[in-house]
Amino acid sequence: MATVAKPADVVIVGFGWTGAIMAIELAQAGLNVLALERGDDAATVPNWAYPKVVDEIAQSARNGLLQNLSKTTVTIRHSKNDRAAPYRQIGSFKPGTGVGGAGIHWSGVHSRVMPEELRLKSRVIERYGAGFIPDDMSLQDWGITYDELEPHFDRFEYVCGTSGQAGNIQGRKIEGGNPFEAPRSRGFPLPPLTSPPTSVLFAEATRDLGYHPYPLPAANASRSYTNPYGCQLGPCNFCGFCSDYGCINYSKASPQTTILPSLYRMPNFALRTNAHVLKVNTDSSGKQATGVTYVDAQGREVEQPATMVVLAAFHLHNVRLMLSSGIGEPYDPDTGKGTVGRNFCYQVLNSVNLFFDEKTYINQFMGSGGAGQAIEDFYADNFDHGPLGFIGGGVIWGRQTGNGPVRGIPLPSGSPTWGSGWKAAVKEYFLHTGRIESQTSNMAYRGCYLDLDPTYRDAYGTPLLRMTLNWQDNDMRVSEFFGGRLSEIGKAMGAKSMSGRVLKRGDNWDTRAYQSTHINGGTAMGADPKTSVVNKYLQSWDVPNLFVLGANVFAHGIGYNPTGLVGGLAYWVAANIRSTYLKDPGPMVRL
Amino acid sequence: MNSNPSRRKFLTGAIALTPIGVVAAGSSAEAPADLRDSAPAPAHPALADYRPTFFTPAEWEFINAACARLIPVDEYGPGAVEIGVPQYIDRQMGTPWADGAIWYMQGPFFDASPEFGYQSPLTPKQQYRLGIKAIDGLCQERLKKPFAELTPAQQDDVLGRIEKGSLTSPDIPLRTFFSSFLLKNVVEGYFGDPMYGGNKDMAAWKMIGYPGVRADYLEWVGEAKPYPYGPVSIYGERG
Repeated sequence: MATVAKPADVVIVGFGWTGAIMAIELAQAGLNVLALERGDDAATVPNWAYPKVVDEIAQSARNGLLQNLSKTTVTIRHSKNDRAAPYRQIGSFKPGTGVGGAGIHWSGVHSRVMPEELRLKSRVIERYGAGFIPDDMSLQDWGITYDELEPHFDRFEYVCGTSGQAGNIQGRKIEGGNPFEAPRSRGFPLPPLTSPPTSVLFAEATRDLGYHPYPLPAANASRSYTNPYGCQLGPCNFCGFCSDYGCINYSKASPQTTILPSLYRMPNFALRTNAHVLKVNTDSSGKQATGVTYVDAQGREVEQPATMVVLAAFHLHNVRLMLSSGIGEPYDPDTGKGTVGRNFCYQVLNSVNLFFDEKTYINQFMGSGGAGQAIEDFYADNFDHGPLGFIGGGVIWGRQTGNGPVRGIPLPSGSPTWGSGWKAAVKEYFLHTGRIESQTSNMAYRGCYLDLDPTYRDAYGTPLLRMTLNWQDNDMRVSEFFGGRLSEIGKAMGAKSMSGRVLKRGDNWDTRAYQSTHINGGTAMGADPKTSVVNKYLQSWDVPNLFVLGANVFAHGIGYNPTGLVGGLAYWVAANIRSTYLKDPGPMVRL
Repeated sequence: MNSNPSRRKFLTGAIALTPIGVVAAGSSAEAPADLRDSAPAPAHPALADYRPTFFTPAEWEFINAACARLIPVDEYGPGAVEIGVPQYIDRQMGTPWADGAIWYMQGPFFDASPEFGYQSPLTPKQQYRLGIKAIDGLCQERLKKPFAELTPAQQDDVLGRIEKGSLTSPDIPLRTFFSSFLLKNVVEGYFGDPMYGGNKDMAAWKMIGYPGVRADYLEWVGEAKPYPYGPVSIYGERG
């Protein structure tokens, strides 16, 4: 029998970015807030202190900061008629673990969203006509506007101490920034990071080609900074250990560097770690959440009553909890009915390594996760899709994130994989290799969705989440187009040769090699409960005292890195709970 | 360092012979006695003192011989054996990873398309145990010698054919063992921090110009020119 814990005003499931944002914003409103985190506690010291954390074997080869898949994972298949296989080892995507979640081991690229992406269906029909949308694409508007979110993007950037160059302040174009940028209310809190060698070459080449390079916004502080919560960041020193690593310098924004020191001083906030939530409990009507049930470190079930429940875990776990709790109607790909699991999307990453001559020093071991130059000439609505015949687009960048030899030394195609030939190649190329990438949208399709696996279970006896997803023709046409641009840019940068991965029509999703942790959709937000799980305030249509955060609310996979949008949405939700919901708890959108 | 002159002499000799495939300590009459008489390995043993914990003597010969071919001594830099990669692999066998403890290892297991990744119930320890046995078995059957006693050219041929998938075993998918375990772990040990047992004196880092865990490049990142300092390890050694 479950023991019953003392009730809280708000119980937050998961304590990464969105959990920390919701916790501090709701605690500041005077609510009694409890966060439940299934992983361990973690802090910059001792967890990511130098030199312990900058260990390629522990972090990159053995996934030290990632979810331990032996406890829980997902199953994957390409289509609904296939048998799903468990994701047994970390590969294509990297869920985090513990306090801070994926906010610890992320890179730091900090983008927003383009206004037209939030009303993509309407925009495509306006510009190209309804016939432009493939039959099996579940294109829909998100039910929210960029203007509504702008103050909250700004807020999150000022919490993170984001480094960047504004391109558009309140409609005024700013030289040196992104000319396609959506209007921002003010500039970034910090100036851009220094451009590393790859990025300098990228900017020169893309400018020569007639594109519009700009410094990528990075949640890696370029200067010392104190954020609105009074948390302090130190300047990034380009140590080269961002993605897969916790930051040794208090430079990369994470819940630990930007929110927790302030939150932990509040007496009305409590955190319980090693608390694995099994389900959201509802009353007999099924329309009101009564709290959650979790398993503690000793394996005991605990019922945690709460007036309000916030799902703030990583994408996978939020969707799994909705399905396990029986809230909302699961999506049925045959009838197209139901919403939970619908609009499951990913992102398409093409990566091209550039090999330079021995006089060109790239020094790939130096770098910072968000450091780089990018172009958005082919992002969202910034170009004419008509002649290209696809929907979507993305960003192309020359980032230099930092790389060491255990993480893999890229080599030209056809290089030996071992022996003296391999040694000659790693010695020749290590200091002279750069990388450029395209990151492009992934639309929602009728046949791509999430549900519960009928066979495999986790360590708690709960069915695993099952992913049904494969690359579709539209998105691979985008990828092929971007592959052409990457090749053009790589040549213009002066590469002697190139190797890499460019996805094309007919390719299947290969879950082995790392691509991107930007999985999204499954509990889409929207204006219509028939095609969305939560309303524009990320409030469940079915259970109004349940809020669901994370990239799982995206209606399709955007081309940008999702953290800026995920964080901005969290601030938007918190602000609306404070201004509206607390005064009149109930549905915030009435149909 | 070990002060026993005869053992030092033996080990130095073994190292020198590596490239021509004799390491394989066991093929020398002295080796087994030397192994039996040795004291337990210290916590972070010097290369010369290391005795395997997981691998049997025959497996250890295979590991040393395979390391010597995968990353040989040559004009480009140090060989895997000389800088401790066999020690790295043996010590990794004592970590949770080697028991599959960071992977989802619940059944049912089935042969999915390769795009779905590792779907075998075998742990890394089992991969090594079964993989080495299968390779030595194939060598014994075809060439009448275990892998470690073949000529370097024969060893390269065997490894190359396993990698391409043209030499297979009914007992274990050798190509997976080769690419996802043996070669992967050899490269890890070669380039990993010396505290894990390989990359002695940061020799592999020096070969490619990697400064190890210096992790401080603010003054250098804006300039595309050679970085002037040698490597630093996690324990603070400077190279």
